[in-house]
Amino acid sequence: MINSSLKQLGQQLASKQVSSVELTQAYLQRMTQLNPTINAYVTIDEDKTLAQAKAADARIATGDFGPLTGIPLAQKDIFCAKGWRTTCSSKMLETFISPYDAHVISQFDAAGAVNLGKTNMDEFAMGSSNETSYFGGVKNPWDFDRVPGGSSGGSAAAVAARLCAAATGTDTGGSIRQPASLCGFTGLKPTYGLVSRYGMIAFASSLDQAGPMAKSAEDCALMLNVMAGFDERDSTSVNREKEDYTRGLAALTGEQPLKGLRIGLPKEYFAEGLSADVAKVIETAIAEYKKLGAEIIEVSLPNNNLSIPVYYVLAPAEASSNLSRFDGVRYGHRAAEYNDLMDMYMKSRAEGFGAEVKRRILIGTYVLSAGYYDAYYLKAQQIRRLIAQDFVEAFKHCDVIMGPAAPSTAFKAGEKTSDPVAMYLEDLYTIAVNLAGLPGMSIPAGFAANSEGKSLPVGLQIIGNYFDEARMLEIGHAYQQVTDWHTRMPEGI
Amino acid sequence: MKLRCAFKILQTINQNMALNLDDIKRIAHLARIEVSESEAQETLNKLSGILGLIEQMQAVDTTGIVPMSHSQDVTQRLREDVVTKTNQRELFQSIAPATQDGLYLVPRVIE
Repeated sequence: MINSSLKQLGQQLASKQVSSVELTQAYLQRMTQLNPTINAYVTIDEDKTLAQAKAADARIATGDFGPLTGIPLAQKDIFCAKGWRTTCSSKMLETFISPYDAHVISQFDAAGAVNLGKTNMDEFAMGSSNETSYFGGVKNPWDFDRVPGGSSGGSAAAVAARLCAAATGTDTGGSIRQPASLCGFTGLKPTYGLVSRYGMIAFASSLDQAGPMAKSAEDCALMLNVMAGFDERDSTSVNREKEDYTRGLAALTGEQPLKGLRIGLPKEYFAEGLSADVAKVIETAIAEYKKLGAEIIEVSLPNNNLSIPVYYVLAPAEASSNLSRFDGVRYGHRAAEYNDLMDMYMKSRAEGFGAEVKRRILIGTYVLSAGYYDAYYLKAQQIRRLIAQDFVEAFKHCDVIMGPAAPSTAFKAGEKTSDPVAMYLEDLYTIAVNLAGLPGMSIPAGFAANSEGKSLPVGLQIIGNYFDEARMLEIGHAYQQVTDWHTRMPEGI
Repeated sequence: MKLRCAFKILQTINQNMALNLDDIKRIAHLARIEVSESEAQETLNKLSGILGLIEQMQAVDTTGIVPMSHSQDVTQRLREDVVTKTNQRELFQSIAPATQDGLYLVPRVIE
């Protein structure tokens, strides 16, 4: 049951072969057994969870249900959920009980989905290994010595270890796609503006976007159907008609279901920086796409190497502004002792934030400070346009872009923590997509054996044009019809 | 005018190259984060590394390029000027570190 697709689970619930309470209890039992080791969840509240499962069963009994009613999901602890502790994996919010629901949470509530708990993450989503969490790192279910990626590392491990049917994540610079690659599942970062950011604790508002993390493209489509949609409470929410992201999946049959599809391979994604074992898996996956009827075209994203420097100006700048709300006055951590108001701010923030969060606030404060704005912030915004234009140019020649989602397979815990810049390079293939606001996804494409002979998952990244999620999910689904990487589970779990 | 502007930017870049302990203290104060003497040196080292990465931008000629602040060309939506939220003061203050009579308590700021 734990390896079933969302569609299969939905059918079993609808035909009453299993109740939501039974299904939820099965996951809660796995969580009790495995979470102390993996540390995927930071907050579990069985009473709340089971109450939701009972309500879902009641809905199913009356016939008032949808595809996700009764399905147990994990929620990244960046989404405010009313009555739930919502921490963003920070000491700053260690005891914060949210008084309201994020849009994403209320959408899942309305759909009748069950919240299994809040998942671990890099503190305030700042990190690529989940090691900046105040609640400790998360183990990669494929190899406990390795990181799951980040920042959505808890959701990633929960999906990979089947501690949930599917999960939510957020992606500011690669935080859904890089962990999807490192943990071997399907993760989608939608077009900026498709999913409301209301109630999603802000990191870099012009880049942050929520998306689904699940076993397959089909599961992601079902999740996105619930998550996407206009919300007037988010000023950057895009007002467009609702889509059914599963609509084209069934039609992908025959020998060459992707005939006519033009796949662009950016030469910059296969240059220095990409490890050879990952490159090999990606090439094999591309060959599979050729068999499915796709045509391969070389494209260029000449400014891709500038995406990391640009990101580390813009994201910290926005973060320094967003995180100024944590002042120890209205909510969050307040220092026990202080001399005056200024001292209270300084000490509360020094105690409440971890090292990486402080670094980014300081960098952001610096680049926005008097005399430096033009040289840093304005310059970064100008180069951001160049990076976005590279994609506009590339999409004149192809329908989607493919490449790696991460430069290597999962690395060992502690390997990159002492050097922030080395950690930042993890997002070499994902950040430009956020800067341009485009949708991107990572699908399991195979395994690479590491030096110790262990097999670790590799993700193939698919980048689409604006609002082309339905097509991207079809392209992922077509591949998953002829491969079984997405059904693989870590041994012994 | 143009020359002076270019000179100023160059000067700024040169200053950036050498971030020092005083800069760290100034930035930390602006950010309202206490950085102890013992943490300052480590913070300086890490921030200098990150700024080194950021400096790669300076090699790009961006003359005449319009800055991009949003991925799509959208403008701020406006709404009718009517009340849309209800008062939930008690609920919101229930999670505050210190309140009294419906007010948030902070250290004395006016003597």
